[in-house]
Amino acid sequence: MAGLELLSDQGYRVDGRRAGELRRIQARMGVFAQADGSAYIEQGNTKALAVVYGPHEIRGSRARALPDRALVNCQYSSATFSTGERKRRPHGDRKSCEMGLQLRQTFEAAILTQLHPRSQIDIYVQVLQADGGTYAACVNAATLAVLDAGVPMRDFVCACSAGFVDSTALADLSHVEEAAGGPQLALALLPASGQIALLEMDARLHEDHLESVLEAAARAARDVHTLLDRVVRQHVREASVLLGD
Amino acid sequence: MAMEMRLPVARKPLSESVGRDTKKHLVVPGDTITTDTGFMRGHGTYMGEEKLIASVAGSVERVNKLICVKALKTRYNGEVGDIVVGRITEVQQKRWKVETNSRLDSVLLLSSMNLPGGELRRRSAEDELAMRGFLQEGDLISAEVQAVFSDGAVSLHTRSLKYGKLGQGVLVQVSPSLVKRQKTHFHDLPCGASVILGNNGFIWIYPTPEHKEEGAGGFAADLETEGVRVSTEASLRTSSCLLLAMKWNWGALWSPGRTLRVPAAEAPSFLPSLAVSG
Repeated sequence: MAGLELLSDQGYRVDGRRAGELRRIQARMGVFAQADGSAYIEQGNTKALAVVYGPHEIRGSRARALPDRALVNCQYSSATFSTGERKRRPHGDRKSCEMGLQLRQTFEAAILTQLHPRSQIDIYVQVLQADGGTYAACVNAATLAVLDAGVPMRDFVCACSAGFVDSTALADLSHVEEAAGGPQLALALLPASGQIALLEMDARLHEDHLESVLEAAARAARDVHTLLDRVVRQHVREASVLLGD
Repeated sequence: MAMEMRLPVARKPLSESVGRDTKKHLVVPGDTITTDTGFMRGHGTYMGEEKLIASVAGSVERVNKLICVKALKTRYNGEVGDIVVGRITEVQQKRWKVETNSRLDSVLLLSSMNLPGGELRRRSAEDELAMRGFLQEGDLISAEVQAVFSDGAVSLHTRSLKYGKLGQGVLVQVSPSLVKRQKTHFHDLPCGASVILGNNGFIWIYPTPEHKEEGAGGFAADLETEGVRVSTEASLRTSSCLLLAMKWNWGALWSPGRTLRVPAAEAPSFLPSLAVSG
């Protein structure tokens, strides 16, 4: 794209990062008292909020109850003010439904649903500001919220996006880099075992480059894990001091 | 006149200021607790490739050969003998479904309910048809846990005069992990309010009745007459104190002496005393 250099000759990106560098991540757990679990995450300028209710009795149709495991219900919503152009429908449109399905697939792989048969776990994610990497921010926020709710999980689920420009793999794309039209990959990883919960790409990429892009995304996801791990341990330490004994 | 002003600063982490070494093994999901296969795994753990791995974020508790991880915040897990306060959500054929802030709704069987007048007889078809006359959707009850089903659902009973439908009062919802198991969960505060500390985190504060009614069987919930002004006000004040305490995370609730334990560093300039009178 003329006029916009996604990767300079010295190896710097548009916002001054290196190819494999992540944006600044800040996260908080327990932001809402009325929900079972909640978390807020900022990845650069992308801000996402996640709220978890459950496990609880299935409301509405009893027929949806699974006899041997819990039902995971995810809903994605992006605020009307989250993008540059004001969005008409915050939720219910195709992209939101697809995101919801992807989140559900991701968390069904990580949450130990066999422990809670016939119940339902609700995960609601809202994006307040979208600057690229919304799926990754949603997954990271939802992981923290699920942990806050005390729902048993196999491991953290850490996600990151990756792209490919000038034969270099870039990690954690911002909106400018996503809009440039190159291939983008979203990866959700369970860091301890290295298992992939979700891998999604919707552009064309030569298979020779897939390995390097995947590797960059995996490395970035592990870095995200390090940061989230620190946040959770700090939160657990604070809370255990307050509970005393 | 000079005034001192300070810009808002981030609160110092409590663990540093209190200076207490927690001595607890804190884990997050994915952490290996032990590779020793001699241990039995309890709640909050799972077995993965010869290792015991934590599945919730919390502290590790070891009892002899059993290792479990106690999560900071969970839904209520019923144990036999607990006192709970719950809300009726459904009226089914021979039972009521009660919402008790647990993973599945609790069950109150018709046969576990006291009949008015304290009669002891088999429940007939007329009793089944009159179920809605006893308890409707939205009613609050206090009950005791009779049994726990295999999937974790809890079966309640109200086979004592002290349990049953609750009348006028205020409900405060807190996390179940904050309510400790004590010998008695029904307390009369000196300020004129009475408290039922439900193990499921639902706390019911109501004005102390002037005389204890006998033989009511817990059905006659007096919703009509207004309570005596002083004790109603006392119950409202108590609930406000409780909500304030929960908002500021003032630690566990336990009954002896009605004290709320407060970490020293967090104690504010005033302490709501639950012994306030009038």
